[in-house]
Amino acid sequence: MNPGLNSALNSGMAPVATPWFFYGLAIVAVVSGVFVITRRNAVHAALALIVALLAVSGLYLMLYAPFVAGVQIIVYAGGIMVLFLFVIMLVNIDRSSKERRFNRMWPVGLAAACALLALFVSAIMKGKALLPDRMMPLPESSNTQQIADLLYGQAGRMGQYTFAFEIASLLLLVAILGAVIMTKKKI
Amino acid sequence: MVPITALHYLVVAAALFVLGVIGVLTRRNVVIVLMSIELILNAVNLNLVAFSRMWGNLHGQVFAIFIIVDAAAEAAAGLGILIAFFRNKETVNVDEIDLLKW
Repeated sequence: MNPGLNSALNSGMAPVATPWFFYGLAIVAVVSGVFVITRRNAVHAALALIVALLAVSGLYLMLYAPFVAGVQIIVYAGGIMVLFLFVIMLVNIDRSSKERRFNRMWPVGLAAACALLALFVSAIMKGKALLPDRMMPLPESSNTQQIADLLYGQAGRMGQYTFAFEIASLLLLVAILGAVIMTKKKI
Repeated sequence: MVPITALHYLVVAAALFVLGVIGVLTRRNVVIVLMSIELILNAVNLNLVAFSRMWGNLHGQVFAIFIIVDAAAEAAAGLGILIAFFRNKETVNVDEIDLLKW
């Protein structure tokens, strides 16, 4: 193995992207997350959420997870957000966009969230020594195939997650039926 | 320049999670509360994928895909409930949803 590649593997993300990509994507994700929870107009919040999802999908690409990144863009930014925008158009936003944005107990909610943040920070600080100081290299070109092997199994045998995959299909069926039944006027 | 490790991703995911929690606890619009839940699920996904990279196996990515399936089911069911509620009460504010409270 040549020494350049070896040091690149040892220094984490260096071969594909510089750390500046990470910082840029992280800032975009967090800033548009702030927009999601502060915008008065729900459509603006949905658009900010789409930007946040795309930034997180870029972070997945930096983590050598191209399949999850693609699923994130197709299912989240393409499917779920269209559903959200549809519902925003169905319920009238004119009235709610003129009202108060936050509920009466917002200081309590903010304090609880700050306590949660303090918990996260202390957990990360305490557990920092347990984390390895470098990332393991993952094979990027066969990522989708390996995920398929875990989900569907290979060579005629069931994969490790095949049963959970079937249960997930059942969950989706129940969700479809529930959504249709709840939105029907007369059952 | 410090190389990017799993710790950096954990910090970003914690920030996104807390933003989602603030949205759930303080906003009045139900649609934005559901969007904040999507933000929380994304933070968890980012953690799982970062851990998958950290240990060099793909189980975390498979879990992330299952969580995306869950998010789709949750969005469909939640927005169905929202439309049923809006048809009855003509509002999307969470503090006016108090039929079960007495």
